[in-house]
Amino acid sequence: MSPRVPSVPPVLDVDTVLDTAKILVCTGSGGVGKTTTAASLALRAAERGRRTVVLTIDPARRLAQSMGLSELDNTPRRVEGVDRSRGGSLDAMMLDMKRTFDEIVLTHAEPAKAEAILSNPFYQALSSSFAGTQEYMAMEKLGQLQASGDYDLVVVDTPPTRSALDFLDAPERLTTFLDGRMVRILLTPAKAGGRAYLKVLSGSIALFTNVITRIIGAQVLQDVSQFIAALETMFGGFRERAQGTYDLLKAPGTAFVVVAAPERDALREAAYFVERLAEESMPLAGLVVNRVHRSGGAGLTAERSLAAAQSLDESGGHELAAAVLRLHADRVALSARERRLQERFSGAHPQVPVVEVAAQPGDVHDLDGLRSVGADLAGGAAAAVPA
Amino acid sequence: MADFPGVRLHIVTGKGGTGKTTVAAALALALAGGGGKVLLVEVEGRQSFSQLFDTPPLPYEERRVAVAPGGGDVFVLSVDPEDALLDYLHMFYKLSPSGVGARTLRRMGAIEFATTIAPGLRDVLLTGKVKEAVVRKGGGTTGPRASRPGEHVYDAVVLDAPPTGRIARFLNISSEIGGLAKVGPLKTQSDGVMAVFRSSTTAVHLVTLLEEMPVQETIDGAAELEQVGLPVGAVVVNAVRPSLLSPIALRDAEQGTLDRSAVVAGLEKAGLDAPDALVTSLLAEATDHATRMALEERGRDALAALERPSYELPLLTDAADLSGLYELAALLGEQGIA
Repeated sequence: MSPRVPSVPPVLDVDTVLDTAKILVCTGSGGVGKTTTAASLALRAAERGRRTVVLTIDPARRLAQSMGLSELDNTPRRVEGVDRSRGGSLDAMMLDMKRTFDEIVLTHAEPAKAEAILSNPFYQALSSSFAGTQEYMAMEKLGQLQASGDYDLVVVDTPPTRSALDFLDAPERLTTFLDGRMVRILLTPAKAGGRAYLKVLSGSIALFTNVITRIIGAQVLQDVSQFIAALETMFGGFRERAQGTYDLLKAPGTAFVVVAAPERDALREAAYFVERLAEESMPLAGLVVNRVHRSGGAGLTAERSLAAAQSLDESGGHELAAAVLRLHADRVALSARERRLQERFSGAHPQVPVVEVAAQPGDVHDLDGLRSVGADLAGGAAAAVPA
Repeated sequence: MADFPGVRLHIVTGKGGTGKTTVAAALALALAGGGGKVLLVEVEGRQSFSQLFDTPPLPYEERRVAVAPGGGDVFVLSVDPEDALLDYLHMFYKLSPSGVGARTLRRMGAIEFATTIAPGLRDVLLTGKVKEAVVRKGGGTTGPRASRPGEHVYDAVVLDAPPTGRIARFLNISSEIGGLAKVGPLKTQSDGVMAVFRSSTTAVHLVTLLEEMPVQETIDGAAELEQVGLPVGAVVVNAVRPSLLSPIALRDAEQGTLDRSAVVAGLEKAGLDAPDALVTSLLAEATDHATRMALEERGRDALAALERPSYELPLLTDAADLSGLYELAALLGEQGIA
């Protein structure tokens, strides 16, 4: 009764991406297995012969340990146990966003100014908790790793943001902020020399400063002013760097992989992201659908399976077979639901290549586990039936 | 008897993907059951509740969105930092939200500035609004009024809070603000919020799945909350699937020693063909299921070590809709959370 032919998306050829890309950005909403995907892709690339580094943001402890990352030290560390026979290697690092920010300050400001910035309470708040700092610093670090020339491929796992889109906006948000009118106003006192500034301000600005002072207190306002004044010397540097990173993401050799689970919310988020990448002309390699439940006994439908289980219940005596049939019916139903959700995605985005990764009963926490996910990721192309 | 009798502020957190928002909504319905007034608050601007309760996007205003079984009301408030700041200025400084002062603030981007430069400030504004709703008596200009003058407007407030990874920092605002403002209005405000959060009328509930990472995050989150003196409430285990196999069959399936011939005999008895490939794949599915069940059991044990009241909610076959929400609310009520 179903006349609509479900769209069959092209298959994401993971190995070709791993062999040719210079930067691979894994993105997607939280809880979809993004970090594991990034690590698996990086390991596979390394074992295919590329000098690879994977930048993770906040890996689960055991996954980090499996790659030999025991501390957050902002430096790439060699991962042992990788097959290097084809000339590749794998390094891994965890991002320390505050340290990355500190390094930018130290690079762009004279020592005395840098000191003033680093010790200001507002800098400390901004560098450790500004929504977007983590994203911005991940992109900054990505640029540094790529520029180092030590690697053929940099794989980045984007931060677990509320929305997968945040990290694209973060660099711009930070520069817009530092460039903003408010910042300009707060710089005025520093330029006009101490507290005389109110005289040079227009009425509405005076009113405004007055209000701000009432809300946050005079001391706080002064700290902010000093901080902004100290940062001002670095504005140019900030803007330039953010623009550089943005350009890098659009450059040939960059590929985005969107990761999702076969669930409504995760696929909706993936769809937004796919659309956004297209708007920004950023190169999308494809969609990884993680944790897909497959059912082997495809010949036996959920309905027949359930009916058989019921008839066994009635006749009695075959509890095990009945239970196994019920499990199968559940599994087939789950698998069908996941398929419908995926078809909805592919119906709206028919050009986006897709690869599925089978659900594992437990979490992955060693190199063998990552290798097997990697094989599954690459298996999509090998198993594809020519249309 | 409810497990949290004196609690008026229920804060719900959980790792991304565990369904904390759905649980928060179900909890609000459960708490409102039998005639209560409950306010459900979201602070991440996602309009999740308008989707869940099937209403148009909600403005910055307390709106009634559902009637609980037995006649209670659930109101929803979607807090946005900018509106919360203007609200705060209005309340404490009589600055009209539509007046010239407020307009200037908006035009200058001051609010974005203030909440950006000090993320702690943003959290103070958001949590300040929550605290205000918890302690509000009589009635305000908008929203409902207390049943009797001088009483609390809301019997309970449920906050759909940021995820477990950020919860301790989000709630522990006085330490965030403390570094920035040692005295002044901001400090006073954050101290007031903190006092409510740390009191025995608040409970922070953790939503989890029986999977390794969410369980670990729940345990870490509980420890962090305790460390900063915030009261950990219940553990809500979401999306639980019942085991269809008997304990013995589970053990055999996990070890791969299920009785193949018994399955073949059963299939034939039920009039099905039992080719080897089908039987093998049925047995493999049983093994997968048993492996998962064993992992879930380990997760349960790990959560039990937290020694908090624990509730389990089933996996709903279709993504939560309104009737599913009522079903979850009833289950939470039966298990004693409300």
